[in-house]
Amino acid sequence: MAKKVALLQGNEACAHGALYAGCSFFGGYPITPSTEVAEVLSGELPKIGGKFIQMEDEIGAMASVIGASLTGAKALTATSGPGVSLKQELIGYACIAETPCVIINVMRGGPSTGMPTGPGQSDVMQAMWGTHGDHAAIALVPASCQEIFSETVRAFNLAEKYRMPVQVLYDEIVGHMREPVEFPEPGELEVIDRTAPSVGPEAYKPYDTSFGDVPPLAAFGSGYKYHVTGLNKAEDGFPTTKADLVDAEERRQISKVKNPTALADIESNEEYLTEDAEVIIWAYGSTARSSRYAVNELRKEGIKAGLFRPITLWPFPEKRTAELAKQAKAIVVPEMNLGQMILEVERVAMGACKIAGVHRVDGEPINPGQIIAQVKEVL
Amino acid sequence: MSKAKGEVEIIEKYCKGCNICVEFCPTKVLEMDLFVVKAAKPEACIACMQCELRCPDFAIKVNKIA
Amino acid sequence: MAYDYDKSIRPGKLPHIWCPGCGHGIVMKGLIRAMDTCELDRDNTAIVSGIGCASRLPGYLDACTLHTAHGRAAAFATGVKMAKPEMNVIVCGGDGDGTAIGGNHFIHACRRNIDMTYVIMNNYIYGMTGGQFSPCTPTGDKASTTPYGNPDPIFDISKLAIGAGATFVARTTAFHATQIDKLITEGIKHKGLAVIEVLDDCPTTYGRRNKFRSVVDMMKRLKDISVPVAAASKMTAEQLEGKTLTGILHQEDKPEYTAMYKEVIKRAGGAA
Repeated sequence: MAKKVALLQGNEACAHGALYAGCSFFGGYPITPSTEVAEVLSGELPKIGGKFIQMEDEIGAMASVIGASLTGAKALTATSGPGVSLKQELIGYACIAETPCVIINVMRGGPSTGMPTGPGQSDVMQAMWGTHGDHAAIALVPASCQEIFSETVRAFNLAEKYRMPVQVLYDEIVGHMREPVEFPEPGELEVIDRTAPSVGPEAYKPYDTSFGDVPPLAAFGSGYKYHVTGLNKAEDGFPTTKADLVDAEERRQISKVKNPTALADIESNEEYLTEDAEVIIWAYGSTARSSRYAVNELRKEGIKAGLFRPITLWPFPEKRTAELAKQAKAIVVPEMNLGQMILEVERVAMGACKIAGVHRVDGEPINPGQIIAQVKEVL
Repeated sequence: MSKAKGEVEIIEKYCKGCNICVEFCPTKVLEMDLFVVKAAKPEACIACMQCELRCPDFAIKVNKIA
Repeated sequence: MAYDYDKSIRPGKLPHIWCPGCGHGIVMKGLIRAMDTCELDRDNTAIVSGIGCASRLPGYLDACTLHTAHGRAAAFATGVKMAKPEMNVIVCGGDGDGTAIGGNHFIHACRRNIDMTYVIMNNYIYGMTGGQFSPCTPTGDKASTTPYGNPDPIFDISKLAIGAGATFVARTTAFHATQIDKLITEGIKHKGLAVIEVLDDCPTTYGRRNKFRSVVDMMKRLKDISVPVAAASKMTAEQLEGKTLTGILHQEDKPEYTAMYKEVIKRAGGAA
């Protein structure tokens, strides 16, 4: 039987990806350009007995998502820059309380209200450093409608597997663009559920590290009574100020994402013609689409260009970026902001090659011509 | 009908010495001993439970003995 | 017999963090008695709070307890209740947490009439941060941030809840210990959003600055200002000057939110 294919907007693909992943709760607040995610889920979730709630504000939406997740639900919220700014404190709460949840950020221009109907990529540093305090972050940056579907599924998987908030960032262009999206069959994409406790309620500790860096999470209302707090906590979930416990807890919450096994599991990149490339275009999201076109044009002119496209933006693809910096004469980083990920590229390249940006924040996409011009300039 | 009698149990490690129980005891069973309450006249307790109800610190239990 | 609070309190968690004479402990006892009266299954009960002294309450109780961020308790609790309507959800916290930073979540929880019981301890002050004025600090009173007297008018929490659509609203005080559990019991039994405002005392950061000589003075004041609703109906406006009504202030039957959403699921053709 032929697979179901539909002409979907990126935001619609996101909603369907969430449903595929087993999402049963959406808490949101209307904001351009992400609202279609909420609109689709308000119709689809009740059909499967799931819950949709439009909260009183962005903060409330994030709070409801964390609350729902603690009852065992796979929970989602979708918003845009101003909403993500408002949610930051509670994204940190989800980090420290180690509560799985997925946050969609359909990026527009900023700061503040900025250009609500225009695309942007200026929230990429916020995805890592937006909430206060030390913490790990996972952020995925799909570049097509099909990929928004599959990366939303992966975001849920990573959230459940690593017990933490995962952000999916795509710009307004991909969010509102329509492309044919093929619906994977059930079982075709991996769907991961959080690890349930293997011990009974009496022995259960919500942050029990004897099970590894990611302790199993019991659902409220399943016979397990435990305490959840935003304070630094001990393994039993209760607040502590003991220096050794706080230090170990803070470090574990980062190492659970940054240990080599986890990094290999979480990292995802696409490379195009990089084997012999002398110039690497390092691009993500819709900008990578212009970049791919630019690579083809440059190759026609005999310039050995290649594309490196991170799909996992955070944790930052340090190893591969460093290797490419050693291989190439130059890396060009086009992004719809005034220079954000380029700082990370510069950090890991450690001066191994020339690095130049292509930046644009006028609400227009970066076109291949701009990228080509910068490549020629830098070489 | 004879009057009810009670036995006051004080959990000293919980008492913070706020004086609420001393003040609201109708038969003046309790008094402050530095910053911890003690039953100075335990025989006067009528098991009215006022001290137990009002103790914010879970430091007093009253059991009816008659 | 002495009341058995121990079975509801997590082992090793007492003594609690509250200051000598703070009424939060009295409210916690009332909540335990109410939960016992309603025979709430603790495995299936979530107690959710925000930040502040009063918000430390859930940590002591043996249940599914969720100590969230400042002001956000009602919104977290809404997520819990929506996702698992079969759970009993109790929210607790203070006046600043609930009506200042959390004011928006508070009024919208009331508006939705979602089936939760919100016990709000109003001690007129931000205690944990050292006594800054809250939306409930009486005008003219001293707080650490109103050294010349508070210029702000106050929120009447119960009126705010009624105006926002809560279908059960009651008020009592930390002095009226037995009324606390009676009203919370009524609130838990009520289908919809129940608000129980408990006027409370903060001897450490409010009492000291406002000429209360002792905890007992504060307790006596709570007694003196309280007038039961029934008695108030026979009193003149002059007699009611400076008084606060206690008891059930408002109760009505209105569709409850998770029940309404079950209808949405039905209309969508889904199975709840």
